[in-house]
Order: sequence, then structure tokens, then C-alpha cells
Amino acid sequence: MDYGTIQGIITIVVMLTFVGIFAWAYSARRKNQFDEAANLVFSDEELSKDSGEHK
Amino acid sequence: MMNHSQPQGADYNYTVVRQFALTTVLWGIIGMTVGVLIAAQLIWPQLNFDTPWLTYSRLRPLHTNAVIFAFGTSALFATSYYIVQRTCQTRLFAPRIAAFTFWGWQAIILSAVLTLPLGITSGKEYAELEWPIDIAITIVWVAYAVVFFGTIIKRTTSHIYVANWFFGAFIITVAVLHIVNSMAVPVSLWKSYSLYAGAVDAMVQWWYGHNAVGFLLTAGFLGMMYYFVPKQAGRPVYSYRLSIVHFWALIALYIWAGPHHLHYTALPDWTQSLGMVMSLILFAPSWGGMINGIMTLSGAWHKLRTDPVLRFLVVSLSFYGMSTFEGPMMAIKTVNALSHYTDWTVGHVHSGALGWVAMVSIGSLYHLIPVLYGHGRMYSTNLVNVHFWLATIGTVLYIVSMWISGVMQGLMWRAVNSDGTLTYSFVESIEASYPFYFVRFLGGCFFVTGMLIMAFNVIKTVKAPKESLPALAEA
Repeated sequence: MDYGTIQGIITIVVMLTFVGIFAWAYSARRKNQFDEAANLVFSDEELSKDSGEHK
Repeated sequence: MMNHSQPQGADYNYTVVRQFALTTVLWGIIGMTVGVLIAAQLIWPQLNFDTPWLTYSRLRPLHTNAVIFAFGTSALFATSYYIVQRTCQTRLFAPRIAAFTFWGWQAIILSAVLTLPLGITSGKEYAELEWPIDIAITIVWVAYAVVFFGTIIKRTTSHIYVANWFFGAFIITVAVLHIVNSMAVPVSLWKSYSLYAGAVDAMVQWWYGHNAVGFLLTAGFLGMMYYFVPKQAGRPVYSYRLSIVHFWALIALYIWAGPHHLHYTALPDWTQSLGMVMSLILFAPSWGGMINGIMTLSGAWHKLRTDPVLRFLVVSLSFYGMSTFEGPMMAIKTVNALSHYTDWTVGHVHSGALGWVAMVSIGSLYHLIPVLYGHGRMYSTNLVNVHFWLATIGTVLYIVSMWISGVMQGLMWRAVNSDGTLTYSFVESIEASYPFYFVRFLGGCFFVTGMLIMAFNVIKTVKAPKESLPALAEA
């Protein structure tokens, strides 16, 4: 296999990886999971109020 | 806001976060003031006072090192240590090592402040520090990775929040870049020569240089953006799914863009073209991230009217969008033929550095400092607003003057008479740039003034009695 063929294969593999990541991120099954993850920014709020005071 | 899980051990380690947050302000003022001094030296060369330590050639690396590694990186230390604790809902791993990263990093900054004006340099842009300091950087950086990833490992949440992904990529990549680019043969305690030679040395340098931009000045600050924009806007990020695609696309593409710094040089032509194409593709994830940040405000745009902190964050994203459009455009070889070596490049860098990096850091600090000291808001919201306008006007003055000056220089350098001789001598282009140098100096003064106001506001907030600064009604 010459160098050009290897480069071609790598390009296709990288492209498919990207499509795979895209499909994974946008699959309907993971919607709830990601909505929850997006709220991680707020989910420790009460907790931090305590630590904010006695620290 | 919503509170699902309430884990045990709410007691976060804020000590090291406070230290880094406060030194960010200090190093910001010092680094930017040196910048204003060298901007003034370009207009009034006498300002080097005929002292070797104050010459432009020695102070310029001091300026860049101070703003990137002292100001910017301190901001990244502070925010990453804060965000990783709060989104992983656990205390920072290895507090002693965390303290070591603070004091170690300050020692490295001080050694830069001493060696660079003395003329001790390896001559690599943004990697000027000599080999003993390079080794010290490596040690502190590994300690940083231990603290950061150690905290992620002991998290009590199941998911690793996207901001931490960006910080993690930044920490790992900067380690790799620093080690590869700093490979050198020491010939004495304070002198070494690069292991690489010729075009390979240039390519390694700009692989490092552009990824310092991509991973330190972009990925790290995007981590900041993905936490503080949703937090300050009071709503989760516009699309968490987009943030995942954004992350992988950005880190996969940035690494290839370096050759655009070496257009029309001895670098092989195909490498230049590859760098150009990759830089053009990079536009997509950059704008994906920017849109994700700005759209987080959809339905909450009215908050921009009353909240200058949010304004800092959103305007920083606008500058980010602007400079990540400008960057790919300048990477096109025919555009680069005009822009390269001119002030346009300097303007582009500062549109990113002042508009994006500094303003997102400042916005984040205005959110962070009251929290760290148990207050609901900064001492004076009006002064935050004044700072916002000084920073915005300063940045605009800087980049507009450099655009005009840069395009003018590019056109003057390429102008030829009908007999093929150059229309202008080089010194004529410098003379024509003076008015724009003055406007740039003015812009810098605006920006530093804003930082001084920030320092006052921060000191007042830190010293205020507990609970004397309650949050405003609609925070």
C-alpha cells in the first residue's frame, strides 16, 4: 500500500469518526442525559451558599 | 434554580482560586502597562532611556509573556480550579499540590520578569524563556494536570461538564506543545539552542505558536465561557449537543493551522496550502461555539441592559466571532500576501487578546470574586459598567487603527513604479504609520485605565464586611 492510499484511508476514517460523534451527540436517546448535563452549572447552587458563608 | 443532587462535602477549596483570581488582576495591569509602554516607544523611541533593559526588543517578549502566561494563564488556573470543583461537586484533589501550582507559577512569572529584560532569551516567539525555566514550567504543569484530572476522577456527578473537557484539552495539549517546542541543547546555564534547524524549526515553532493560541487562548477560555455565560445568564447553555460537536471539531482542527504563519517562506508549498485550508475549515467550529454562547441568552436579552458582567461576556464572544472570521481570511495566501508582516496581524492578535481573552476573563472575574468572598455582587456595579466601556472603546481604537495602518503598509510595500522600482522606501511606511501608532497607544491607555478601576473595585469587594453587598433584585 503506498503512502497516498494510506492518506486516503485516514481521511475517510477521520471523516466517519466526525459523523459518528455528530450522530452520537444528536441521537434522541441522549437528549435527557444532555439536558441534565447542561444543568450541572446550577445543580450545586444551594450547597455553595453554605460554603460561601463559612469559608 | 434547579437542585437535583445534593452531594456531601460541599466545602470547596477556594483558597487557591482566590489567589489566582487576585494575581490575574495584578499581572493584567503589569502586562498591559508594559504593552502601553512599548506602544509609546514606537512613537517616541527616546522612551527606552538608552537603557538596554528598557529596549523594545526586550520589553516586547516581557509584554507577551506577562499577558499570556501571567494574566491569561492565572485566569485559567483560577477558573478551571473553580469550575472543576463546582461542576464535579467535589473538593479539589491534592490541596498541597494545588498550592504548589500557585507558588510555582508565580516563581516562573517572576523569573520571566527578571530574565527577559536582561536579554536572556531562546528567541522563540511566545517561548522565549530559557531552558531552566522551561523545566520548571513542565513540573508545575504536570502538577496542574494532577490536581485537575484528580478532581475529575473523584467527582460525585456522573457526567463531566463540557467546560472541563475544554480545560482538560488545554492542559494536555499545552504540555505536549511546550515540551516539543522547548527541546534544546543547553550550552550554559542561561543559553541553549533549539534541537531543530531551518524550516523544521520554523514549523515546530508555529505548530507550537498557533496551538498556544488554539488551546491556551481559545480552548481554555471557551471552558470559562461554557460555565460563566450560562451561570450569569441564569439559563443552561443553548445547545449542549452542539457543545460536544464544537469540542471535538475544534480540537481536531486547530492542530493543523500553524503553517499559515509561514506563508511564502522556505516551508514547502503544500504545507502552506494545507495550513491555509485547515484554517479556513476552522471557521466552522469557532462560529459554532460563538453562536452557542451568544444564543444562551435567547429569551434573556433584556439582562444585557442591566448587567454589565453579562455584557462583558457577550461582547467578548462578539470579538471572538470577529477575530475567528478575520483569522481564516488572513490565512488565505493571497490575503496574507498583503497582511503578513504588517500591523494588520498585530490588530488581529489584539482583537482576540483584548476583545476575547481579556474581556471574557474580566467578565468571569466579576462573577467569581463576589462568590469567592461571600458577597452577592461587586462593590460597585457602576464601576463595572465604566470598565466595560473603557475596555470596549480601547479595543476598538486599537484594532481599527491597526487595520488601517496594516492595509496601508501592505499597499505601500507592494506598490511599484512603471519602471519596476519600489514606489516607497520602508521608512516612508513607518512615517505614515505614526498617527495610527498614537491611536493604538490611546486605546491601550483606555484598556489599562479600565483594569485599574477593576483593581479598585476588587479591593473594595474583598475588604467589604461579610454580607454587606447583597445581590441586586434580579441577579
